[in-house]
Amino acid sequence: MVHNASAPLLEARGIGHAYAGKPALAGVDFSLRAGEVHALMGQNGAGKSTLIKVLTGAAPLQSGSITLAGEPIHPTSTLAAQRLGISTVYQEVNLCPNLSVAENIFAGRQPLKSWTRGGGIDWRELNRRARAVLAGLHVDIDVRRELSSYSVAVQQMVAIARAIDISARVLILDEPTSSLDSDEVRQLFATLARLRTDGMAILFVTHFLDQVYEICDRITVLRNGQLVGEYPSAELDQAALIAAMVGRPLEARAAEPPRSVAAAHAATPASTPILSARDLARRGCVRGINLDVRRGEILGLAGLLGSGRTEVARLLFGLDRIDSGEIRIDGAPVTLRVPGQAIESGLSFCPEERKTEGIVEDLSIRDNIVLSLQARLGLWRRLPAAVRREITGRLAHTLDIRAPDLDGAIGTLSGGNQQKCMIARALATDPKLLILDEPTRGIDVAGKQEIMNRLTTLASEGLAIVFISAEIDELTRVSTRLIVLRDREQIGTLPGGATDDDVYAMIAAAAGP
Amino acid sequence: MKRPLPTLFWPCATLALLIALNASVNPGFLTLSVRDGHLYGNLIDILNRAAPLALVAAGMTLVIAARGLDISVGAVVAISAATAAVLIGGTLNMDAGAEATSRFPLWFALFAALGAALACGLWNGALVVGAGMQPIIATLILMVAGRGVAQLITSGQILTIYYPPYFYIGNGFLAGVPFAAVLAAVIIAAVHLALKLTPLGLYIRAIGINPLAARIAGVRARPITLALYAFCGLMAGIAGLIVSSNVKSADANNAGQLLELDAILAVTLGGTQLTGGRFSLAGTVLGALIIQTLTSTIYSLGVPPEVNLVFKAALIFAVMLLQSTEFRATVRKLVTRPAD
Repeated sequence: MVHNASAPLLEARGIGHAYAGKPALAGVDFSLRAGEVHALMGQNGAGKSTLIKVLTGAAPLQSGSITLAGEPIHPTSTLAAQRLGISTVYQEVNLCPNLSVAENIFAGRQPLKSWTRGGGIDWRELNRRARAVLAGLHVDIDVRRELSSYSVAVQQMVAIARAIDISARVLILDEPTSSLDSDEVRQLFATLARLRTDGMAILFVTHFLDQVYEICDRITVLRNGQLVGEYPSAELDQAALIAAMVGRPLEARAAEPPRSVAAAHAATPASTPILSARDLARRGCVRGINLDVRRGEILGLAGLLGSGRTEVARLLFGLDRIDSGEIRIDGAPVTLRVPGQAIESGLSFCPEERKTEGIVEDLSIRDNIVLSLQARLGLWRRLPAAVRREITGRLAHTLDIRAPDLDGAIGTLSGGNQQKCMIARALATDPKLLILDEPTRGIDVAGKQEIMNRLTTLASEGLAIVFISAEIDELTRVSTRLIVLRDREQIGTLPGGATDDDVYAMIAAAAGP
Repeated sequence: MKRPLPTLFWPCATLALLIALNASVNPGFLTLSVRDGHLYGNLIDILNRAAPLALVAAGMTLVIAARGLDISVGAVVAISAATAAVLIGGTLNMDAGAEATSRFPLWFALFAALGAALACGLWNGALVVGAGMQPIIATLILMVAGRGVAQLITSGQILTIYYPPYFYIGNGFLAGVPFAAVLAAVIIAAVHLALKLTPLGLYIRAIGINPLAARIAGVRARPITLALYAFCGLMAGIAGLIVSSNVKSADANNAGQLLELDAILAVTLGGTQLTGGRFSLAGTVLGALIIQTLTSTIYSLGVPPEVNLVFKAALIFAVMLLQSTEFRATVRKLVTRPAD
């Protein structure tokens, strides 16, 4: 059978999927053509991940059918899908950081030396091929070095190189850009454009709306497990896309930032700061950090990727020790040795790396939420079951955590809902000061908006917040004060109401000759 | 991805199967009799003999659940037994007939033995928590050195104990049931209650599943881990008392020999994953009973001593296959897919 080029390469009809009886997808149709980049959009819990899992064999096909180049397929594992020509690169890089780049690309398929040459892995051939594959993506790195010695962006490229080298028909990218900075995104998009020209069918999941229009040819929108529609991206503007995703017009909310809270919280400078830091430094980490956070303030930490934002948060929370400087909580100097101590002093921290530093995957949602609170209460004061139910239920309600069952394992939730659970955990201890490191990463527009609104509400109720985000516009929107970091050093402070341009100007001015 | 709960179904089924196998070979296997107000029978015997293993395996369960491992428990059993034997004294007082005296008061000997075991556990914990060693290496040190310490204590001899009150621990009866079994049951029940009534179980699981996340959430993993190793050492110490009391002697070389492997096997049979996280104390007790029943099976089947170990290995292999989810799924596929 000769395959028609304009017909879909990968086609799914009437896909339905349910987790433990709860439907996650119902009757979804989807088609992907060769030589296109196709965006799959939807809010958290819309069913994007489930659809990808079904297409790649990670989840069983419960109902509906999938055809690849006209042939019905039934992948039972990701390996089976790979053999058919469908490869996936996940949001979190799923490679082995302790192996070399070349080993990662060819893991499980290493070229072997012939018997006559003594057998074993042919390292020269392995490295040569790895270089060739990466050269095809215009990536020029030492393939013998450990993967972990490269930036996340490069690791992402390696993951893509592995995926397309294994099978070069369908490439699925699940939020590949969430940890990349803008240069790296450009590099990735150039790669995608080349692959598209070569006739690859690319499915692209992202939360960044601009990126959709930059690279994608068509858009499929899902909502609550249902197909909303499939559109050529030229015919669907951003407002219409958002409306399709959330199911109601949202132009006003999305376009217009919430009322700046800077004016509303002219914090009285005379009051003792809840947290203050003087000349904090840690060798090889950050230096010159000076900050004060008072009740009702949202202190934004702004800076480019690698500027030391997360490092500052870790020092303030006692995750890393300071080499010099002083931290005061409520005016009293403290030496934070372990996070538990910071939590007892009224601090809470929501870490950036949700999967490795945040969730405890096998525990229930409730256990995950109360973990910090229970750790703070200690061994002899166990939360009574009723109180535990009340606290978790209340936080799940206020943060709008969408879970079929709060006693279910947290691993079954979508990324955005897991993120909300992390915020719930931080709030459960009833902190005086909350440190949020990239709380909106990997969350869709409406979810981001929700979290930002929640932050301002919490601050107006008297909570002090240290807010870290890679997206400067998020910071300028809600912060009452901004601290700007550059190259792991504090370069200045900006008052609330500062614009993105002010921040960029400050970073640029510090560049020096 | 959702994993099924560690169900106790398969350990229970395995134990039932082994008991049925024994009963079919030896019709008297299930009979219980009362003599002098004491219960006797093969089942009671299994309970009694499984007690030290169950205690050690219970300690091991908690250590493994928190991503650790303790392979020194066998050596700690020997240290505890040696300490108790030395302090009680190794001479038979012929003048007093069967009545023998103890060099130190019995309570002192018991406390010293348990204290030594606790110190061993703390040492292990300090190496793992304080020095940051890999658990298997940290406890390997005591596994090897501990036998030497025990030999130093016994001066390289097998010490015979002649003090009858000490024999009660391993041979006595309480309310008709062997005291060792009662002791193990009470201790394990207390641990179970402690896990239920305090958040300790939550802490252990959190540390076992994601230690970094647990630390950031404020769980104080270091003191908890240290305490778990100490507890594991203490359990080995109690097992040492039971074992030495049972055989009325302390053998630095052979007491608790390979007990660490049996304990790890019991933990695994009970459905606890060796990677940490989920654990089941009840499953571990079942695991210990399975291992002891297995040993009884070998005797009741009359397996010749020279193939004893091979036979035991084969039985364990069969039991592990039965409990393997993957294996069962494979079998199911083979059975239910004739048309494919």
